[in-house]
Amino acid sequence: MATLDQAVPPEGAAGAEGESLENPRRRDWLQYAAVSFGAVGAGVVVLPLVNSMNPSADVLALSTTEVDLSAIEPGQAIKTTFRKQPLFVRNLTTEEIAQANEVPLSALRDPETLAERTKEGHENWLITLGVCTHLGCVPLGAGEGENKGPFGGYFCPCHGSAYDTAARIRQGPAPTNLVVPEYEFTSDTTVMVG
Amino acid sequence: MSFPWAKQYAPKHPVMQWVDDRLPLPRFVYNAVGAGYPVPRNLNYFWNFGVLAGVALVCQIVTGIVLAMHFHSSAEGAFASVNGTIMRDVNAGWFLRFAHANGASMFFIVVYTHIARGLYYGSYKPPREMVWLLGVVIFLLLMATAFMGYVLPWGQMSFWGAQVITGFFSAIPVVGEWIRVWLLGGYAPDDAALNRFFSLHYLLPFVIAAVVILHIWALHIPGSSNPTGVEVKGEQDTVPFHPYYTAKDGLGLVIFLIVFSLLIFFAPDMLGHPDNYIEANPLSTPAHIVPEWYFLPFYAILKSFTFDFIIPAKLWGVLAMFGSILLMFFLPWLDKSPVRSANYRPMYRICFWILILDVFVLGYVGGAEPIPGNVILGQIASIYYFAHFLIIVPIISRLERPKPLPNSITEAVLKGESGSSISETAVSA
Repeated sequence: MATLDQAVPPEGAAGAEGESLENPRRRDWLQYAAVSFGAVGAGVVVLPLVNSMNPSADVLALSTTEVDLSAIEPGQAIKTTFRKQPLFVRNLTTEEIAQANEVPLSALRDPETLAERTKEGHENWLITLGVCTHLGCVPLGAGEGENKGPFGGYFCPCHGSAYDTAARIRQGPAPTNLVVPEYEFTSDTTVMVG
Repeated sequence: MSFPWAKQYAPKHPVMQWVDDRLPLPRFVYNAVGAGYPVPRNLNYFWNFGVLAGVALVCQIVTGIVLAMHFHSSAEGAFASVNGTIMRDVNAGWFLRFAHANGASMFFIVVYTHIARGLYYGSYKPPREMVWLLGVVIFLLLMATAFMGYVLPWGQMSFWGAQVITGFFSAIPVVGEWIRVWLLGGYAPDDAALNRFFSLHYLLPFVIAAVVILHIWALHIPGSSNPTGVEVKGEQDTVPFHPYYTAKDGLGLVIFLIVFSLLIFFAPDMLGHPDNYIEANPLSTPAHIVPEWYFLPFYAILKSFTFDFIIPAKLWGVLAMFGSILLMFFLPWLDKSPVRSANYRPMYRICFWILILDVFVLGYVGGAEPIPGNVILGQIASIYYFAHFLIIVPIISRLERPKPLPNSITEAVLKGESGSSISETAVSA
């Protein structure tokens, strides 16, 4: 490949090749342009290869779930699935609500009030993903007679994370509260999650 | 080749001569693993494990290709195809499945011994740093491959292992959750994840094979290290690889195959987890989830971070776990001692054995319940692990007074005595 030095014409030949030799940097520019264009092309080819691994249309089509709440008594919880992940739907008792509201925000690793984690007027409905925010196990506590842990909410058996009655992280390695997915009440007894 | 006395390839048969003139592949093999590669004469049985790792790789590739002919990579069909079709119906399928599963354990046993050999005898020191670095790359690829293979039968441990290990990436700030979803192709392990893991589990062994070629290539430039750590000085220090070490490796291979056979035929499930005979259930995590035994020490490091300190505990755990392996890339520059072999390094030798013990402790903690006593034990063991590489080794490589080295390999072999001149025989960094 010609370097800048070599591009300078020998004595006497100057000007014979026109402006490209008077200004050899123009050739460097061509080189940069060609390499840049090649890099853009390579990037454009890599993009679909990477993007093909993102959730496909059939996976995204599962993005909403409707849950019927009518059969869930206070103090009961059900496990269902949302986007192939476990979803906990709990009907809190008044004691559990009071217990959750008693906790000062300063005592929480991930401060959130119960009101922020539920919908206005439906404070008793605690809807969270059943996925421990540590490494993704399903915490115990939704099923009948399961260990609810020291804070009366959920307890993850994998590494001992304990959640309170508002499913907020209180103890153990998990960094954040159980995730509250986006949902809305479509009627008094049904919610649309997602 | 850096040894001028290495035997030259001289084909006897005219056909080999004809081939050699056109594509010198026979010559290449002769110089790589034949009589054309001079090897120190004093290698002990710890030098068998490189060849054994190569054999283990070949076993895995061959049994893996055959198993892939009968495996259904779908969340509905995977468990049944492995535990039903392959184990019951495919001719000798049970043997192939157990050979592949236990083959992974044998691979890790061999590789861990191989790494420990390198740590003890200073095989990572100049001029063999590149051999070591490529070895760490192979180790990382091996772990990724083994993880994805374990997911394929789609049992409970498969599923929750996939959930937890892809969960590591969600610890990365900002983009973590996006990376996790990208890796899984969904929000939880499912068909998409299983299918891509199958594809990558097939691909990576061939990448490993390619890096193994570079590993051997890099090794053959300085030549093999040896238990004294003293470099080869002349022809009297070496013997040709073939037939001397092909025979010795052959004996090691027979012992390897005996142990491997005992596992396959008499204790095929000893190293596995019984929960993986339960089909994956996305709504219920096994109460006591543990990874395969060969990941336990790293899992213990991950679990040891139980409190937030500037960054969340979860991120610490993930960083520490990956860091414990990535640390190995820096080892040739952390250990500045000019003496290679721990046989002549009294302080390093003690620390080496404590490290080995420490890794076993980590392995125990990784598999044990996270009760407070175990957590503290794991934390102490994790601290020692990092301290060994980042603090102890750099310090003792300066403070330590090594024992006198032999003047040559031959002298060490013939007299069993030590010479006196360290400067003459030590590493020229």
